[in-house]
Amino acid sequence: MNYTLMFYESQEDFAARTDPERQEAYLAGWTHYVHALREAGIVVFGSGLYAPETAATVKRRGGDMVVQDGPFPETKEQLGGIFVIDVPDMDAALEWAARGPVDTVEVRQNIPALK
Amino acid sequence: MESHRIVEQTAREAYGRLLSYLTVHWRNPQDVEDALGDAFLSALEAWPMTGIPDKPEAWLLTIARRRLIDRARRSRVSAEALPTLLAMAEDARLLNASGAELPDERLAMMLLCAHPAIDPAMRTPLMLQTVLGLDAARIASAFIVKPATMSQRLTRVRAKIRAERLTFESADAMDTAEITARLDSVLEAVYAVYGTGWGEAAGNEATGGGLAGGGLAKEAVELGRLLLRFVPGEPEAYGLLALMLHCEARREARHDGEGNYVPLAEQDCARWDRGMIAEAERLLHAASQAGRIGRYQLMAAIQSVHAQRLWTGRTEWDALAQLYEGLVRMQPTLGACVSRAAAVAEAYGADRGMDLLASIPAENVVSYQPYWALAGHLYKRMHRHDEARSAYGRAIGLSADGSVRRFLSRQLAELSKLP
Repeated sequence: MNYTLMFYESQEDFAARTDPERQEAYLAGWTHYVHALREAGIVVFGSGLYAPETAATVKRRGGDMVVQDGPFPETKEQLGGIFVIDVPDMDAALEWAARGPVDTVEVRQNIPALK
Repeated sequence: MESHRIVEQTAREAYGRLLSYLTVHWRNPQDVEDALGDAFLSALEAWPMTGIPDKPEAWLLTIARRRLIDRARRSRVSAEALPTLLAMAEDARLLNASGAELPDERLAMMLLCAHPAIDPAMRTPLMLQTVLGLDAARIASAFIVKPATMSQRLTRVRAKIRAERLTFESADAMDTAEITARLDSVLEAVYAVYGTGWGEAAGNEATGGGLAGGGLAKEAVELGRLLLRFVPGEPEAYGLLALMLHCEARREARHDGEGNYVPLAEQDCARWDRGMIAEAERLLHAASQAGRIGRYQLMAAIQSVHAQRLWTGRTEWDALAQLYEGLVRMQPTLGACVSRAAAVAEAYGADRGMDLLASIPAENVVSYQPYWALAGHLYKRMHRHDEARSAYGRAIGLSADGSVRRFLSRQLAELSKLP
């Protein structure tokens, strides 16, 4: 069964990605986690996302398309990357989420691909 | 605010006893939970104004009983329920009129949770809910399960108890063989509660508090004490309590002032709780009198050897290796096998420890953090630095606890300073 882990990063986390002082420690956390995931042989797909400032959101309002910068800043944490993993059940997926190097991880089951 | 806190604390202390008592007599856990929920709600409203009654349990029991009467009337089962309600009324009256205590049915409740018809995986959660009064969300967090899922599973188990009329008879009505068989499951569940709370840093209880807070380990110790009261002849119950007390004695020492994880070998013994250690030693001695060794006594004996460092200043690793050997023979769990390798490595060299680690099937340790942490440590000692780096990295990636992750990262960083 495929589950998607969505990692939410805080402003500080995003800043640490490029801050020379914190970058190494921050990335090391990810490296080890990704290493463990890969060694477990459960990774279907995974990718980090660039910081939310680089994003643009397309939204339909009435009949018109509106394009605006960034995602909607409703929360302090923003999506920073995803992993799709193949594990037996939700409990196993949650266990992997709990090992992630960030504080908030959303876990959802993927709808199986249409045949 | 203060009064609310006292109300909550009093309520909390009474919850497990009342729930167990009512469930054993009423037999329908769902009804009991609803009735008791109402009673606690009334208490939270009334007590801050009227003050806490002299007999909080009697007060709560009276309200809960009234709710059950209402429910029985509505569902027209009054005739059937009448004898039980009368008996409860008598208990409530006695409770009010004298120094008598509510009959303690928590053991009966624990034994019910360990009923053979109940899925072993659900026994610990059920015990947490019924004997300790933890809510489904908190239990879900402790086991890293979706709250809705845990809630559904608990509901299903309770429905099963009701539908199949699983027995709630009191402990003295059950025969000894039955009690012994179920007691094993109870001990296992209590140990699982302890294991779940083990990693919580000292002081977490203080900030958490209440029904939703931490302190699971402390609750497990309380359950252990409770068991001892009911089954005084069972050496494994003594062993389990001794084991938990030995581990609890080191809680403060497991983290330094900054909240960093400190492994056992590096802990400052001065921060261990001598009172708890002494109590654990007494219990272990009492258990040994029965002349019937078991896994909990062995695990407690292992912790007892570690505790000796307090007086001798050193750790007898060969004694530990021997005890782990016994434990692995009795119950070859992954944890016991990895710990044996660690003790053997300390006693007889990293190579021999590594051999034992290597003998564990690879598919069992794919995501078992302690294995990789120990492998990192042993490779480092054997100067196999690349393998050490890889193992530490894997251990870090498998750690859910931030303080452990930081500890392992420091070990790894030290490694990169070496050639």
